[in-house]
Amino acid sequence: MGETSRRRIARFRLFERLALLLAWALVIAGFGIAIPGTYLTWQNFSTLFTSQAPAALLALALIVPLTAGDYDLSVGANVTLSAMVIGVLNAQMGWSLAVVLPLSLSTGLVVGAVNTFFIVFVRIPSLVVTLGTASLITGIVQWLSNSSTIGGISDWLPDMVGGGQIFGISYAFYYALIVAAAIWFVFEYTPIGRRLLFVGRGREVARLSGINVGLVRAGCLLVSGLVSSFAGIVYAGILGAADPFSGLTFLLPAFSAAYLGATSIVPGRFNPWGTLVAVYFLASGIVGLTMLGIPLWVTNIFNGAALILAVTASQFARGREEIDLG
Amino acid sequence: MVGAVPALSVRNIGKTFGGARALKGIGFDVAPGEVHGLLGQNGSGKSTFVKILAGFHAPDPGGEISLHGRAVALPLRAGSFRKLGLAFVHQHLGLVPSLTVLENLRVSSITARRKAMIDWRAERRAGREAFDRFGIRIDVAARVAELSQVDRALVAIVRAFEELRGGEAGVGLLLLDEPTPFLPKEGVDKLFALMRQMTAHGASVLFISHDIDEILEITDRATVLRDGEVVGSLVTRDSRKEDFVERIVGRRMERFASDRRPASGKKLRARLEGVRDVRLQTTSLDLHAGEIVGLTGLIGSGYERVPYLIFGANPAQGGRLTLDGTVLDLTRITPKRAMRAGIALLPADRQRASGVGGLSVGDNLMVLALGQFVRWLHLDRGALGRRARDLCATFEVRPNNPRLPLSALSGGNAQKVLIAKWLSQKPALLMLDEPTQGVDVGTRQQLFRAIKTAAQNGAVVLCASTDFDQLADICDRVVIFARGQVVDELTGTDISKDGIAARCYASVTLASLAVGAV
Repeated sequence: MGETSRRRIARFRLFERLALLLAWALVIAGFGIAIPGTYLTWQNFSTLFTSQAPAALLALALIVPLTAGDYDLSVGANVTLSAMVIGVLNAQMGWSLAVVLPLSLSTGLVVGAVNTFFIVFVRIPSLVVTLGTASLITGIVQWLSNSSTIGGISDWLPDMVGGGQIFGISYAFYYALIVAAAIWFVFEYTPIGRRLLFVGRGREVARLSGINVGLVRAGCLLVSGLVSSFAGIVYAGILGAADPFSGLTFLLPAFSAAYLGATSIVPGRFNPWGTLVAVYFLASGIVGLTMLGIPLWVTNIFNGAALILAVTASQFARGREEIDLG
Repeated sequence: MVGAVPALSVRNIGKTFGGARALKGIGFDVAPGEVHGLLGQNGSGKSTFVKILAGFHAPDPGGEISLHGRAVALPLRAGSFRKLGLAFVHQHLGLVPSLTVLENLRVSSITARRKAMIDWRAERRAGREAFDRFGIRIDVAARVAELSQVDRALVAIVRAFEELRGGEAGVGLLLLDEPTPFLPKEGVDKLFALMRQMTAHGASVLFISHDIDEILEITDRATVLRDGEVVGSLVTRDSRKEDFVERIVGRRMERFASDRRPASGKKLRARLEGVRDVRLQTTSLDLHAGEIVGLTGLIGSGYERVPYLIFGANPAQGGRLTLDGTVLDLTRITPKRAMRAGIALLPADRQRASGVGGLSVGDNLMVLALGQFVRWLHLDRGALGRRARDLCATFEVRPNNPRLPLSALSGGNAQKVLIAKWLSQKPALLMLDEPTQGVDVGTRQQLFRAIKTAAQNGAVVLCASTDFDQLADICDRVVIFARGQVVDELTGTDISKDGIAARCYASVTLASLAVGAV
């Protein structure tokens, strides 16, 4: 291999890593030129960063079990469940947040433990189990809330999530940033992160390398439960209320972001920074389209088309080899 | 039989692979209604011939194959077998375990393109008739996964026969490619009974096997290949076992003159006692420091199970291993516990069990050593990368770039990475399964050097392989298995490629005698 072609490959790899960031910049530039007065304002981006924080947390929750080779469809339902626990116990029954928040977080751990039991111990495919638990949780939430939004959560939570700001952006965004940094650290700089990759891509290799595959998968499912519950708390904080329905509408965009994110920053792997960029790339496009007065159905088309186009582009760039994500 | 048109006639079929003649123009006939054996060692050209018949390889020009008196166009086309009156049953049978017996049996009728609807009642009737014809009792509604190994083999063979019956040629030639190694003795008897019934219906069978006793029992005649040539056409009734062994191996063997010698001057380091599972009878071995011990036998003889049972990769039904004074219960051992005791296993299945192609060379190489690179709660990735590069240099991995995906390396270089992964852990007991499969000659020597160095440093090395050349190259002792038990052991100057082959082929009788005595 010649020196020039090697340099060309290195340059191409760099471009691939940053392609999604570039696309994001292009989207912002495009809408900035079309509607400069409303789109290109700090207020708009501040709102964007805050309102998308739960979606970002949800996508981050997803990439952990995805890396270990398991799907977790219950994360969306987890968001509504943990929000509803706050709604019922704090807003309706008046319990202190000091008690309610740990309870709310632990609902995700319980769901993660239930998922683990059926996936790892009973050995049912994760797609089947979490499809079931997602529906089950949604039912429980509707029963708890009587299918209506519960408002009146103690002020402290909205203050800690949407109210307080650093550099003009609400705390909510920084929570997502902290979780992304934590996942990045574990993925890249700890032995657990390396072992996770082996569990996701070569279970038998992992097992024969002395890795406790069941334990690793269990850990990932517990983490996705915990982080999605945290997303629910942040969501409740942003709304100041618990909404029984929106969890499931978060689910598919979160998957899109996870897969879209795997085409950038560390191409070919689910990675937290790529995921975060993907969430905000998609949201920036949708907000722009909404401001242009384009009807709601276009946003779904934007979401879907962006995912398929981005993954297709990266697939062609890699010579259409079999996708082996993890 | 003489004068009848042969079911299969092969004339001057050759095959050249990049200058090397794997098959040097062979010829033989299979008579109608006969069971014809085809034998030969690995590398004899036997599997090349089967692949030519299966349409996988095109033979060199100039050869000729006729089926039932009609010359066929070469290379054979994979879709034309039915019309030609030729059906295969490969060792892996080609059944889908999750589907029913009926769906497997009638697959070509059920999936036929010109049908708008499936007449399930007719299919069921046809399925039952197919089994009734041979007096076989198998529930057509059962899933194949629920059947015993023997019943699966019967289903596959009946299916092949049915496909012949439906073709233009009426009955034809059935090619059975080593269907027996994993079957118990009673199962083999059932299979043979079925084969006889089929020949009574007018079919011919080309039966490929390593097992001379089976060849003696079932075949009418047999053809032996060695080094790409036909070296024997035997009428089974008039032949003895020694006649077969002599032709397969290429020299008259002395009978079972095994002289076991102790591994002189080497210290006993590991003792394996009573390991067993479904296919391996109770086996014990004493292993010495610095010793390279080969485990071998014909396919299905059980030798290949030993490393996986010791490592806890597959569950053992019994046995224990004493290594450096530590006693390990093999019924409860896991890969993790085995590793902690200083045991390493390099599996034969490189893609699935040994390394992950999509991950980098460095990741694959260092996955066992990660714990040693944690500094202040995080991985020292710089030191990790330097160590990976050093290891790649030591083991002569080319190109030496730990960031490449493992799948970008050649088979031989990938294998160097994976052996380095285990050797870097300085194992007390290193176990290898077919360590040089798909590896070129130069790389093979490098791998041998690495294995020998590990032994010189005091490790015990167990190498499971059917590559007799390789065993002769590296082993101090070769243990030979047949029918799930140890039947022979070679040491010192007795270890040679031919010596090992002769013992493997000859040892089957010994094993069946022993089994009969129990």
